[in-house]
Amino acid sequence: MHHSTAWRAVGQSPWKFLTSSWPWRSFLYLLTGGLFGALVLTVLAALTLAGVVSLVVGVGAVLLLGVSLSGIVVSRVERRRLLLMDPDPLPDPHRPPDGPGARGWLATRLREPATWRELGFTAASLAAMWWMDVLVLGVSLGVPVLLATSPVDDPGAWPLAVLAVCLVPVAPYTITVWAGARAAMTRAILAPRDGELGRRLTEVRASRARLVGSFDAERRRIERDLHDGAQQRLVSLNVLLGMARLDAEPGSSVARQLDSAQEQVGLAVDELRELSRGVHPKALTDHGLPEAVGNLTARSVLPVTVDIRLPHRPPAAVETAAYFVVAESLANATKHSAATRAEVHARLHADVLTLSISDNGVGGADPAAGTGLVGLADRVAAADGRLRISSPAGGPTLLHAEIPCR
Amino acid sequence: MSLTVVLAEDSPLMRDGLVGVLTRFGHRLVAEVGDAESLITAVRARRPDIVVTDIRMPPDHSDDGLRAAVALRREHPALPVLVLSQYVEQSYAARLLDLGSDGGVGYLLKDRVSAVTEFVDAVARVAAGETVVDPEVVRQLLHRQQDPLQRLTPREREVLSLMAEGRANAAIARQLYVTEAAVNKHVSAILQKLDLRVDGEGHRRVLAVLAYLRA
Repeated sequence: MHHSTAWRAVGQSPWKFLTSSWPWRSFLYLLTGGLFGALVLTVLAALTLAGVVSLVVGVGAVLLLGVSLSGIVVSRVERRRLLLMDPDPLPDPHRPPDGPGARGWLATRLREPATWRELGFTAASLAAMWWMDVLVLGVSLGVPVLLATSPVDDPGAWPLAVLAVCLVPVAPYTITVWAGARAAMTRAILAPRDGELGRRLTEVRASRARLVGSFDAERRRIERDLHDGAQQRLVSLNVLLGMARLDAEPGSSVARQLDSAQEQVGLAVDELRELSRGVHPKALTDHGLPEAVGNLTARSVLPVTVDIRLPHRPPAAVETAAYFVVAESLANATKHSAATRAEVHARLHADVLTLSISDNGVGGADPAAGTGLVGLADRVAAADGRLRISSPAGGPTLLHAEIPCR
Repeated sequence: MSLTVVLAEDSPLMRDGLVGVLTRFGHRLVAEVGDAESLITAVRARRPDIVVTDIRMPPDHSDDGLRAAVALRREHPALPVLVLSQYVEQSYAARLLDLGSDGGVGYLLKDRVSAVTEFVDAVARVAAGETVVDPEVVRQLLHRQQDPLQRLTPREREVLSLMAEGRANAAIARQLYVTEAAVNKHVSAILQKLDLRVDGEGHRRVLAVLAYLRA
């Protein structure tokens, strides 16, 4: 289940979508795609032709080698372009060269499957996707222009001009939907395969360590606050009650009341001790995600619509990760976004828990700026999942997490 | 009898409570400190009858009080030390009880202070050279499923846990409403079942029991 955030954007209210940055980003994505495709097509066609012609001389082999390695350059540009549509950067699938110099680089690249996958992508891109870019741009923008200018020759054709005006708001939808699909295909083909992920796996491990570390630090802080604050206060209160108990007439009603007060305070101290031993929502352990999120949203200042339907309980680690994603993104929404509404939506599809939290706030949540989003990404990464965020300035903000339940 | 006490506790509230309890029962506080270093200085200067200290306190907010207690005991092997803690940790209890049997040792949950008379009783017993262990420690120890303990009858377990708290046979008899002779019989049965030699001194017996349970 791969939702492109672009497609999610299309599903919003028309006004919101049309005033968001999505149509423009999609337009830019297709426009640069068309221009870049034209450039690549020209260069590669010329190189191939020159290479075939001069193959007799020997230079042709070098040119053809260049053509076969062109995917590397094209894909690098494509990965950069993809950032227009998807805030989650695609990692570079290539290994560092095994040997020094151009020879080492060449030997490494020629042996890598990623190189040939990228060449295949380039071919597919030129043969199909590039045409589609041009076609979609042409149709969605060209047709309204043609219709609008038709009354110039034939004044009787004015209804066509009205139709053109009606077609203008449709164009952004066509463009965004295709751009979303194109970005998804690019990601699917150019994403590093597991074998190429050696480096990224260490990254996940590192973030796991960071996650556990930050979590522990937080737990320690809470425990210490409880220890130095509420617990000491309650214990000293109980000492005071114990002293009062000495002054009370044995067997009197005051003595009895002090006894039960002491007992109550003692229970509170015990509970606090339990609490500070493990800060974790009990409802999550006992009843699962819907209940725990329900409790969370019941306490939330922000009105939240919860729609969580899971056929069975996911593993505890997944639940916990999901719970914290919800808890922290709602906290962020409450604190920073000036939102008036938020939605939590979770489903289990083919062993992947998909979770989305959206709010109608001002957006502009920047993963690079705050540690909060990075922390969430760490939590999700620790569960081998993936977290993406779309938060254009002006809103809305959408957090989308996919956590596998293995 | 009135004891001179050095008290180390970093929480002002808790310190006031402890001072209130101790002075009410006629003990004299010769120093009240809030960190481990001052505790050591104060004990060297004052030579009190007993030290009562919290575990977690400045400078490190870890087990500074406990470390200070251990250091003090190395300096003055007969110095009675009573340690209070928000949580009971087996390892802390073990480190305290390993201090040797020259002077009294106590390890109690802080909550126990609120049972004022029992707390003051524990202070007196530690000052008199006995070993006092929090019932919670004992409960945790007895909760561990160990084969030799399975051989004990419920009554014997009860007696063992009271023993482990450092109570003498007479006190155990009063607590369980049985004769001292009956307690004696239970104790020798327990020691036999646990393969422990009968030993005259109460806290030696505790150390043996705890050492056995820790194994």
